[in-house]
Amino acid sequence: MTRQDAGPRTGPGRAPERRRDRTARGRQRSAYPYALYLPAAVVYVVIFGVPTVMAFYFALTRWTLFDSEFVGLQNFRDFFAEQNLRIGFTNTLVYAVVTSGLKVVLGLLLGVLLTSRLRLRGFLRSVVFFPVLVSTVAVGFTFTALLRPDTGLVNRALALVGVDGPDWLGDATTALLSVAIVDVWKGVGIATVIYIAGILSIPQEYYQAVAVDGGGAWHRFRHVTMPLSWPATYSVIILSFIGGLRSFDLIWTMTRGGPGFTSDTIASIIYKQYQAGFFGLSTAGNVILFVVVTAIVVPLNWFLGRRQATP
Amino acid sequence: MRALRRAGGELTALVVATAVFLVPFSFMLLTAVKDESQAQDLDFAWPTSWPIVENFTAVIQARDYVLLRAYVNSTILTVGSVALIVVFGAMAAFVLQRRAGRVGTLANFLVLSGLIIPPAIVPTIWLLQALGLFKTMPGLILVEVAFNLSYAVLLFRAFIAAIPRELDEAAMIDGCGGLRLFFRVIFPLLRPVTVTVILTSSVTVFNDFVNPLYFLPGDDNATVQVTLYNFQSQYSTQWNLLFMDIVLITIPPLLLFVFFNRKIVAGMTAGAIKG
Repeated sequence: MTRQDAGPRTGPGRAPERRRDRTARGRQRSAYPYALYLPAAVVYVVIFGVPTVMAFYFALTRWTLFDSEFVGLQNFRDFFAEQNLRIGFTNTLVYAVVTSGLKVVLGLLLGVLLTSRLRLRGFLRSVVFFPVLVSTVAVGFTFTALLRPDTGLVNRALALVGVDGPDWLGDATTALLSVAIVDVWKGVGIATVIYIAGILSIPQEYYQAVAVDGGGAWHRFRHVTMPLSWPATYSVIILSFIGGLRSFDLIWTMTRGGPGFTSDTIASIIYKQYQAGFFGLSTAGNVILFVVVTAIVVPLNWFLGRRQATP
Repeated sequence: MRALRRAGGELTALVVATAVFLVPFSFMLLTAVKDESQAQDLDFAWPTSWPIVENFTAVIQARDYVLLRAYVNSTILTVGSVALIVVFGAMAAFVLQRRAGRVGTLANFLVLSGLIIPPAIVPTIWLLQALGLFKTMPGLILVEVAFNLSYAVLLFRAFIAAIPRELDEAAMIDGCGGLRLFFRVIFPLLRPVTVTVILTSSVTVFNDFVNPLYFLPGDDNATVQVTLYNFQSQYSTQWNLLFMDIVLITIPPLLLFVFFNRKIVAGMTAGAIKG
């Protein structure tokens, strides 16, 4: 803000805004008309806002799209009473924690690796990032084939070292985690490029200081890279939590929530109940998802953001 | 000795990354060009014969050229929604960045909500039905616009912050205010970020599976992702065709990535960090 008078004024900066408001209030108003909001606001509020608000009412009804009968909290009671539905709640949390944890760890490691003086750095960055752009359905089918119990590449490779691999997607204990790991494979590219940007913005002086003190590579990583790439960690955690809690397409293409209901998440239950015609129950799932996402992401954002402000 | 260790480490990293990230893609390609009986094994083996052209034509002709129709649908969907996302997003971002106040605070809140809140599915269907837009392409386009606007607004807003306000003032002195200021002066300056928004949202919309599944069901107007999903049950015995389909669907993002690698990566990183 101190440079403001030297250069062009940019940014939303409240101070210059107010100053100009006093001098040229009328002109200010005509320069940035609220009408510019209009098209975006109409589409957003009608298609996204209205259904989001209405969900809170329809979640309390037995509903056929054409008429609805108010049943109070019955849908929510059903949701938590039935084992098949309750499991989705736990699975969603497990899935989000596992995927974001792995994305932070692997993204940081890959970020360090891909900012080091590696000859094939550019190539590796592209290779790691490309899965982000591939359709989830395609990734899901490919890994379903690779994870097949008998002929799949993963178990063939494990057999080479004498390990008898399980039926990854057909076994209730491994299905959800297998999908989570494929999710990490597909999404770690984003985490990596965020970390690369974060690591590259760390001033070289810190590394030089460590070198003067005679610190090694571990020291550099532990005391410079890791603490100073905190903003990147913050972004990666928030992003992958939002993505992980909502995740549907990968689970749906790989296991359809199976075997049984063991790998269902809230989002896949919403789809299943919708298909079965239980619209009220499906919407209750949506409300639960909304509450879970808000209850986790908003405090997380606040907590991580506070740490970011005072490192 | 150190150089040797370096080279060793480099080699290990390279081999591991290649194995983990490229093997699945080579598996796709190899299975896509195998003949039917060999593809059935779904193993990672070199093809014994190479019926590339046959597989390609079989996939294209399957179920009365459904894949071609799906490509047309996906193109309409992507172009339509991305065009609206760009125009609406840039307009909103401009006011949002320039004009603080109560409306701005509300708009900011809505943008963040759009990034965080999962859309309520059945109520959206109910609303689209009330508007007569359920199971129609315009309806799906509006859905994609509504769900992807927030991200575009973030990218545009960050870019507009770097455009000096003096420019607005100069234009206003020349009698160019409001809509004309935006469309004549500001919007042309946004070209770099517009390209970024076009790239990232094209990839998102083209790859979207969930929204077409919910809001545009039916075979007539299926998008490529839904077609691929439907192929799975139909081709449970013809894996070579399923994977040929996967390869064909992966080509558009691959081309974008080859030509606009840096832009895409920068766009996705910038949005993430600002978000």
